[in-house]
Amino acid sequence: MMISSRVFGDNGKVKEYHYTGPVEHKFSPYAFNGGTVLAVAGEDFALVASDTRLSEGYSIHSRDSPKCYKLTDTTVIGCSGFHGDCLTLTKIIEARLKMYKHSNNKNMTSGAIAAMLSTILYGKRFFPYYVYNIIGGLDEEGRGARDTYKAGGSASAMLQPLLDNQIGFKNMENVEQVPLTLEKAVQLVKDVFISAAERDVYTGDALKICIITKEGVREEIVPLRKD
Amino acid sequence: MALSNVLEPAVSGFNFENSTRNTVLENGSEEGKIKAPKPMKTGTTIAGVVYKDGVVLGADTRATSEEVVADKMCAKIHYIAPNIYCCGAGTAADTEKTTDMLSSNLTIFSMNSGRNPRVVMAVNILQDMLFRYRGMIGAHLILGGVDCTGSHLYTVGPYGSMDKVPYLAMGSGKLPAMGILEDRFKGNMDLEEAKALVSDAIHAGIMSDLGSGNNTDLCVITKEGVDYIRPHRESLYNYKRQAKYKYKPGTTPVLTKTVNQLELVHETVQMMETAGSS
Repeated sequence: MMISSRVFGDNGKVKEYHYTGPVEHKFSPYAFNGGTVLAVAGEDFALVASDTRLSEGYSIHSRDSPKCYKLTDTTVIGCSGFHGDCLTLTKIIEARLKMYKHSNNKNMTSGAIAAMLSTILYGKRFFPYYVYNIIGGLDEEGRGARDTYKAGGSASAMLQPLLDNQIGFKNMENVEQVPLTLEKAVQLVKDVFISAAERDVYTGDALKICIITKEGVREEIVPLRKD
Repeated sequence: MALSNVLEPAVSGFNFENSTRNTVLENGSEEGKIKAPKPMKTGTTIAGVVYKDGVVLGADTRATSEEVVADKMCAKIHYIAPNIYCCGAGTAADTEKTTDMLSSNLTIFSMNSGRNPRVVMAVNILQDMLFRYRGMIGAHLILGGVDCTGSHLYTVGPYGSMDKVPYLAMGSGKLPAMGILEDRFKGNMDLEEAKALVSDAIHAGIMSDLGSGNNTDLCVITKEGVDYIRPHRESLYNYKRQAKYKYKPGTTPVLTKTVNQLELVHETVQMMETAGSS
């Protein structure tokens, strides 16, 4: 009995085994533009790092599109996912920051920004912003959060376990648990992104690290694999 | 008395009986939806060029499983015969096994007839097999070789289509590679020019396509012999990590330890016939 293999697929459409990467059948309002973000905080610093590659399918749109956005002198946000929503979301946050400054005559604190972002995102609960957000910053007294870290975006599943091990000292015994310093955190972030670029196709080109201390926000750019 | 079991002769080709069941499972109800396992695709850039004295084939060395790099140094230029090599793009297992099977068939032919196989024979065998499997074998191949009739470059698609061309690129990175080839190809190039052209075409694929990357392999086939250069151009990106991530013994917690002593119950010695003994 000969069964034609081409008849199957949704709505009787022919299923093509194409070579152009992910295949879309219906109109989807979202696209996945790749990118990885990472935030680490210590006693008196916070840093937010992201790669700078913007991709779609198997192509590269831009090699210089960083995903960390500076909000105030003490807060940086990292957004990855659908680039259209990242841009709109950061515009909305910046507008809300200005409104707060004009009505309350002071800058928003990191905690307040995080709470506000939560309500903004939930406001679109039924047509969400396709964005992975991580906010890194210092509080009003210039303190960070001791030994906290979070990875988001396409290579997050590769970065998070290593950070759990190196910063959180998980799954290890008989190891001296030293508190995290800024130099160690920067070195760890660089190494971890080099590894992520080796194995994740959406991560690469360059790494931008925004370092937040009580002096302000400082940037460092490190090259990554371009292939 | 009726036979309780009947021997069914083996049916050749793929058995499509499960296709309906698979579609129903994949598009089933929300709770019961089952995702089929995804085959590892190579997401590749491969290219080939015919030059004055023979054929130059090139390939990148990255194999991807969706978005993760599965192999950073995989070999995509496969041996078919001493004078024929084949680059493969598409599903990794399919290209491996198809080229292996082709190579075995041609070796048997060589032994039977005492002649080197011709490239057209390889192409015909591939076409027959891939057409018979109706595109289910995801192998996009570039075959190149030099035989008594000259130097040839063919492409064979997964549905069994064939094309004989002087220059060619395949895989997910074929568009950037084809751009380079269309710009700089000319007939009767010499060896260094041809190698540079293929290497640059693969490099364009590596830089512009996310599914291709790492090193470039080249294979130069002439009447005199084959020069398999692996790698021809190594990836420039060898960023060193700043710290050493080593774990001392005793880092992993040992929860329980059981020791089973193995007892020697019975010992037998059996003499084997070896070539050396009388």
